[in-house]
Amino acid sequence: MSAWNKKDLLGLEYLSKEEIELVLDTAASFKEVSTRSIKKVPALRGATVVNLFYEPSTRTRVSFEVAAKRLSADVINIAAQESSVRKGETLIDTGRNIQALKADIIVIRHSSSGAPNILARSVDISVINAGDGWHEHPTQALLDMFTLKEKLGRLQGLNISIVGDIAHSRVARSNIWGLTKLGAKVIVCAPKMLIPVGIEEMGAKITCDIDAALKNADAVNVLRMQFERDEKKAFPAQLEYFKSYGITKDRLKKAKKDIVVMHPGPINRGVEMSSEVADSPNSVILEQVTNGIAVRMAVLFLVSQARGAQPLLQE
Amino acid sequence: MRARVGFFIAMAKDKVLILDKEGMARAIMRIAHEILEKNKGTEGLCLVGIRNRGAYLAGRLGKCIETIEQKSIPVGILDITLYRDDLTLISAKPVVHKTEIDFDINDKNIVLVDDVLYTGRTIRAALDALIDLGRPRSIQLAVLIDRGHRELPIRADYVGKNIPTSNNEMVDVHLEEADGSDEVLVVEKNP
Repeated sequence: MSAWNKKDLLGLEYLSKEEIELVLDTAASFKEVSTRSIKKVPALRGATVVNLFYEPSTRTRVSFEVAAKRLSADVINIAAQESSVRKGETLIDTGRNIQALKADIIVIRHSSSGAPNILARSVDISVINAGDGWHEHPTQALLDMFTLKEKLGRLQGLNISIVGDIAHSRVARSNIWGLTKLGAKVIVCAPKMLIPVGIEEMGAKITCDIDAALKNADAVNVLRMQFERDEKKAFPAQLEYFKSYGITKDRLKKAKKDIVVMHPGPINRGVEMSSEVADSPNSVILEQVTNGIAVRMAVLFLVSQARGAQPLLQE
Repeated sequence: MRARVGFFIAMAKDKVLILDKEGMARAIMRIAHEILEKNKGTEGLCLVGIRNRGAYLAGRLGKCIETIEQKSIPVGILDITLYRDDLTLISAKPVVHKTEIDFDINDKNIVLVDDVLYTGRTIRAALDALIDLGRPRSIQLAVLIDRGHRELPIRADYVGKNIPTSNNEMVDVHLEEADGSDEVLVVEKNP
């Protein structure tokens, strides 16, 4: 197995197939920790993890916080809306201040694509991207891939369809990078206006026909309609979306019987999928949440190990 | 792997064979008898091997005990990577593997199994890892090789072979399951 040498996790675009596999294998080992009566190991004892969130997020932040605590790290949450950012501090200054507090890892969520990359260049401590603009959300894609591998045994050669607001989705981008690197075939499906220009250059096929997207799929990853991000009101009616693209029992009848249905949450029931589908045996939505902790534990552990061992590697 | 090991024995005179296949099998069988003698049978007895080679040895001990007593006992695997005190000191980054203990360790007599007992730090980490899983009635320690040089107050209850070594020697335990052959060698470290 290859080693991990990166101090940061900024996106799956920057990782090799082997590095992605290492995260997934490490996560498989960490999953057991959450099944113990004492759900804690001392691997990051004495380390400080700062959750720096410039965008509201509950599930990703809580997942990172739980993951860090199960590794015995200390966790500090900074919601940027309530911090000095309001007083005009720049991202780089904020990062340097966190470094001066002798923190070890910054987990950043930002509405601007590329913000984690800027932060990672400005500090020596580890930076983990917890979602930046429309760019990447690497830990979400890693937990999606982990869940798929757990359910289907492999990723190589699988047909994965990603349905929904591709244009505004960092989850879709990270999934496309990761899945294609591991040999899966990706189809993205959305109304034309929600498919970004150039997405096929990342290795995904495009369709606007939901039944075609579901036909041969081993799994469908249903994205959330991000109405709060849709400033131009590109998509008028939620009901109209549900009628044309919503995942329903009827639509799944034409798909593979044991198709895996995923959703990064939070679900808009009756918009992206029917309640019947969300609660069906095909749905792995809650398993994704559980797996998210194992994957984030693996990422926190790997980046901290890479940094810890660096001086010795240079000898 | 077998070919490479053979090559070393033939070429390097600073490699000494300490235990061959038969010797190892006898040592493991003797330890199995000793464990049963001390614990007065298999009641509440469990084996936990430390990854990687300790896990294979625990499996073999379990089979020996089953042969002797006609009863099988639970055998688990412990990964101690997350409990090591030298994670930041080693440049070759260890890979985290699963801990596989699918039985309740509360109130059990646990025999920890490892291949080589050296500084005692691995065992210290294993004790922490085990106690995080519950409260055993007792923890005992079985090792194939005790090579001395302890840095912590830890001793083994069952020893396959005591080998006095110097710090610039290495003890190489090869097991069929991992290395393709059963043997223990003492090797001079490269200066």
